Amino acid sequence: MSRILQDRDERRPETHPLTFRLNDDGTPVMLDAYREQQGYASVERAFSDLTSKTLIDELKTANLRGRGGGGFSAGLKWSLTMQGEGIPRGYIVCNADEMEPGTFKDRLLLEQQPHLLIEGMILAGFANNAYQGYIFMRGEYVDAARTVQRALEEARAAGWLGRDVAGSGWDFDIALHTGAGRYICGEETALINSLEGKRANPRAKPPFPGQSGAWGKPTVVNNVETLCNVPSVVLHGADWYQGLSQGKSGDGGTKLYGVSGKVKRPGLWELPMGTTGNELMERAGGMRDGHTLKTWLPGGGSTGFLLPEHLELALDFDTIGNAGSRLGTGLIAVVADDQSVVSLARNLEEFFSRESCGWCTPCRDGLPWSVKLLQALEAGEGERGDIDLLESLAVDLGPGRTFCAHAPGAAMPMASAIHYFRDEFERGVTRGQGKAHADPIPVGSV
Amino acid sequence: MTHASTSTSAPIATDGFVLHDEDRAAIAHERKHYPHPQAASIEALKIVQKRHGWVPDAAIEAIARELGVPPASVEGVATFYSLIFRQPVGRHVILICDSSSCFLTDYEALRDAFFAHLGIGFGQTTPDDRFTLLPVCCLGACDRGPALMIGDDTYGPVTPEEIPTLLEGYA
Ligand SMILES: Cc1cc2nc3c(=O)[nH]c(=O)nc-3n(C[C@H](O)[C@H](O)[C@H](O)COP(=O)(O)O)c2cc1C
Ligand code: SF4
Ligand code: FES
Repeated sequence: MSRILQDRDERRPETHPLTFRLNDDGTPVMLDAYREQQGYASVERAFSDLTSKTLIDELKTANLRGRGGGGFSAGLKWSLTMQGEGIPRGYIVCNADEMEPGTFKDRLLLEQQPHLLIEGMILAGFANNAYQGYIFMRGEYVDAARTVQRALEEARAAGWLGRDVAGSGWDFDIALHTGAGRYICGEETALINSLEGKRANPRAKPPFPGQSGAWGKPTVVNNVETLCNVPSVVLHGADWYQGLSQGKSGDGGTKLYGVSGKVKRPGLWELPMGTTGNELMERAGGMRDGHTLKTWLPGGGSTGFLLPEHLELALDFDTIGNAGSRLGTGLIAVVADDQSVVSLARNLEEFFSRESCGWCTPCRDGLPWSVKLLQALEAGEGERGDIDLLESLAVDLGPGRTFCAHAPGAAMPMASAIHYFRDEFERGVTRGQGKAHADPIPVGSV
Repeated sequence: MTHASTSTSAPIATDGFVLHDEDRAAIAHERKHYPHPQAASIEALKIVQKRHGWVPDAAIEAIARELGVPPASVEGVATFYSLIFRQPVGRHVILICDSSSCFLTDYEALRDAFFAHLGIGFGQTTPDDRFTLLPVCCLGACDRGPALMIGDDTYGPVTPEEIPTLLEGYA
């Protein structure tokens, strides 16, 4: 079970729209308790006051950016969904596949506040003219699946789902779909293939899912946390939502931030968007005794390493992007001084290599090769030229050369690890001193 | 697209494999959630696996017929996903998270302790068919790393010393 490490006293409706209802003991907030605390009020407001267009405009102004890692504006995405005369009603797909190394935030929302997600999905369905929603949840989240299923039944029985939702004359239902492993399912087009009962290979874009997604119909894919932000935007408006970040960031709202690794109090906190790494580390109680911070990943395994001095930066999409990394999922993982960056890079590339779907050459062939090189460096058996080779592999894995962002995601931690800790990599070079690789094989790109 | 009729036909048997009636009903229920029966493939595989522990070849054929989709497509799906087991597994599958945050909280020591305690490596099953050991992607329990699952239960942080007691609950 995931836990939010803030007491109920701190989590106020005015400041903590994602978590103010959560019980201190971690038990799920089911329908009655949810309704008593503004639950489904945003749906009532949408039906009485809003149209698809005004809802989407509100969301755009709120500047809610995608919490699945990419940071794309949710309002902008929704404004690009095809709808209107002659266009079939499509799907809202909630990405609950959470497998990004170091990420444990969606689990909290799924396990403890399923109705907030359902409410967000109803609003998404209303705004995007969808008739059906799917929650695509990773198979390992067994408790979350049980809770969400129960919440769906409650919502249906209470008239929030199904025919004529809340007397609006509009039909919308949601089904739970559980997965069977493989990280790549989280990539939105692979997720659509998986939902259709196919192998989870990503699809070429365009067409974008909003034009032609699941079963050829307009499909909106959003992360759990993104969708859970929508009800408060609709209920309280874009200005209110913008204000939540307290001027710390141009991005609106709050964020479920987290810390893992060797800190005293690893966990999750809902804080204003743009909270600094230092504030977060303070919440986590700092490093465990006997450890000092060497480096950190700002938001998952596919983000770039940063240095301790970067902890003073606001943890938002633009700031962390400008520092050469990515905010990703916003849950930071800390690396202690006595932990090897080379070993960690090896562990990360083993992950990306195993999880590659095998479609594109740089990803399929380049990742296992990088693992071999990293293993050699880790064992102190690297050859001269290995580090340059890793750097050129990172370039070949970079943006624009593969079908999906899996390969660029694998390249970023590797390239940044070498950038900041080249000396550690160099210590792994003992063989072939003085001669470079005889015949470096170029990696093809597609 | 042909939609196989499932409600009235005789039990589907292929190569001696018969889909249990309850499983057929469960698959039929899942199908209703989607505009196309193929979408229920993964769920159908999981339903069969729940009963048999794993998915034998003959079950692929049976599921394909049940859903009215080509066996090759069900086979393709069955081999793609890591939580669909194509060979027998132990009574309890242990999934140890091998991703970065658990790596940073000493996953490798935990893994090695499991190897030593059970006398098997990843992808293997103990001779008494009690446990199968597999690595798994980040379990979303990084604040409690190193984390693992036994069957449906998630644990973390787990230390090597705790392994014997932890496993006692799984006969
Ligand atoms: C390899 C890969 C894995 C991904 N995994 C997830 C995931 O588990 N959950 C998620 O929400 N987004 C994941 N994404 C991002 C999705 O493709 C997509 O951008 C996101 O679901 C959109 O939702 P958002 O705009 O609300 O963030 C992944 C992307 C890639 C390339
Ligand atoms: S980049 Fe990798 S994971 Fe993505 S489509 Fe290509 S091979 Fe598959
Ligand atoms: S890295 Fe192991 S649970 Fe997340």
